[in-house]
Amino acid sequence: MSFLELTGIQKRFGEVAAVADFNLAAERGEFVSFLGPSGCGKTTTLRMIAGFEQPTAGTIVIDGADVTRRPPNRRNVGMVFQSYALFPNMTVGGNIGFGLKVRKVSTDKVKAKVAELLTMIHLPDKGDRYPYQLSGGQQQRVALARALAIEPQVLLLDEPLSALDAKIRVALRKEIRSIQRQFGITTVYVTHDQEEALSLSDRVVVMSEGRVEQIGTPAEIYNFPATPFVASFVGTLNLVNAKVIEAATGRLSVAGQEVVAAKPISEAHDGGSVTLALRPESIELGEGGGSNRFHGPIEDVSFLGSIVRMRLRLDGTDGPTISLDTFNDPNLNPPAIGEIVTVSFPRESSLVVGAGTKPEIDVVAEA
Amino acid sequence: MNQPKRSRLVWWVVFLVGVSYFALPLLGTFFFSLQAQPIYAGYTNILKDPGFYNSLLYSFIVGLITIAVSILIIVPTAFWVRLKLPWLRPYIEFITLLPFVVPPIILVFGLLNTYSHPPFRLTASNTGSDVLLVAAYVILSFPYMYRAVDSGLRTIDVRTLTEASQSLGAGWVRIMWQVIFPNLRVSILSGAFLTLAIVVGEYTIATFLGRHAFGPYLSLIGGNKAYEPAAGSLISFGITWIAMGLLTLIGRGSRQRVQVAGAR
Repeated sequence: MSFLELTGIQKRFGEVAAVADFNLAAERGEFVSFLGPSGCGKTTTLRMIAGFEQPTAGTIVIDGADVTRRPPNRRNVGMVFQSYALFPNMTVGGNIGFGLKVRKVSTDKVKAKVAELLTMIHLPDKGDRYPYQLSGGQQQRVALARALAIEPQVLLLDEPLSALDAKIRVALRKEIRSIQRQFGITTVYVTHDQEEALSLSDRVVVMSEGRVEQIGTPAEIYNFPATPFVASFVGTLNLVNAKVIEAATGRLSVAGQEVVAAKPISEAHDGGSVTLALRPESIELGEGGGSNRFHGPIEDVSFLGSIVRMRLRLDGTDGPTISLDTFNDPNLNPPAIGEIVTVSFPRESSLVVGAGTKPEIDVVAEA
Repeated sequence: MNQPKRSRLVWWVVFLVGVSYFALPLLGTFFFSLQAQPIYAGYTNILKDPGFYNSLLYSFIVGLITIAVSILIIVPTAFWVRLKLPWLRPYIEFITLLPFVVPPIILVFGLLNTYSHPPFRLTASNTGSDVLLVAAYVILSFPYMYRAVDSGLRTIDVRTLTEASQSLGAGWVRIMWQVIFPNLRVSILSGAFLTLAIVVGEYTIATFLGRHAFGPYLSLIGGNKAYEPAAGSLISFGITWIAMGLLTLIGRGSRQRVQVAGAR
């Protein structure tokens, strides 16, 4: 039996299904992220685990105990909120020790535990400060320490870094992961930031419109997206219109150039239209990148620091374009604009999604 | 004169007119109180009168009890409405505004009619009448206390603080006592002092219930003395201002601790 089990979880608000048939089994000590756009139901699901929302159907089991109908103050689930939710009237030490005092832990033990946690979050001398005297990053660390002080069975984090600037976010998420590993607490992390989800998690649950699109490791989600939504939401993507030459063998025609998809095509019959999805980093300049090839003039070269992004037009002046990313090599000059080049990519990276699939975010090229 | 200077001047004029509206009657009362012979006789006479202290003390005690009862009713109600029943807020607001609509004379006649007969014959005893007086004042305090508390609840993220407390194992009593009340301290004090000012100055209900409160005392001595009521009003006004000053001092410390989420 898994440590945290959500079975058939549904949540309806009137006629609206905020969460539909959510199933998850997380092991002890596992770090699971809920990833998806705003309104997809990830926070609602988290709140049901915490007990702040009651599921319309389904069960939540933690360490073998059904907590579905248990009030939130009896679940022993620690939570870190997006707005930190530190008690303004208490010092940092008072905030961290609050849960322990509720549990009637002795004053000496509270003091010792608070000191230990303050050291862990690198704020050993801030115990007497008030939350308003701390920076955002410091406040979030205190919020984390407060949630950990009660030694919860499950740790829930609801977009805890979204209010912080980029540099602090990166530093703090490493700290969160390190602390989580140290404590070995089963953790559920809600975010709309792919980089956070992919870099932190043992597994990622990608959600859309209240439904689970895919559950898998970060590598599985990124490299083998199970649905068009996952393909377009996670990472950057080229989406180009393609005509099916032979569905059984996966042969496609893109702007008159033939390629072969990773799998036989089920989305359309011979002569039908589909969308070909390609990651920019899976395409190589030259013929050594795989059996699929595209030819065309270079239309644009963008220097992005460690990455150089090139855009290639496949057909005439109005035809579709695709983008490819290569590592910046100071010893190699990229092709000139207008230069006809060949790019190649493996069959395995050639994903077919339904015709007219709309991207969620970060589409590199589209036709 | 350039535009910013002109608008500053206009605002100063508006401010002075507003201050004059409140200050001139007080100044008039003060100068009137000095017309006694000798000049401070109005003040010395009233300060020598045991009735002054007894009635003021009685009003203050009733005021404090009113504040306590009002807080115990209003704070949990406003908190629960904001947290769980936001659709009820307009109705609660309407109810708390009723004291503005119903004159005290109507209120007290209603109370007398209801509570001077069995089974709730409260007017037959002093204690019963005191209870009625407190109850009436609690109703009169509703608009001030509710608005003050509701404004305070708006400045804190009630829902998230409550959920944070619950996730740490706290029950409702602890949440109210250790999280909500302390963060509403300034608002509660603001409502409390407004309530105190109303109670100390109230006349109609105290008179009809036969209570020796400060309002009826001032009216009584005004019947045969000219300057002492003016002096007594100014003294009670001064006491109220001292109380407001204390509120400002206490509030200055608390204001710094309002939570602001997000990076600094």
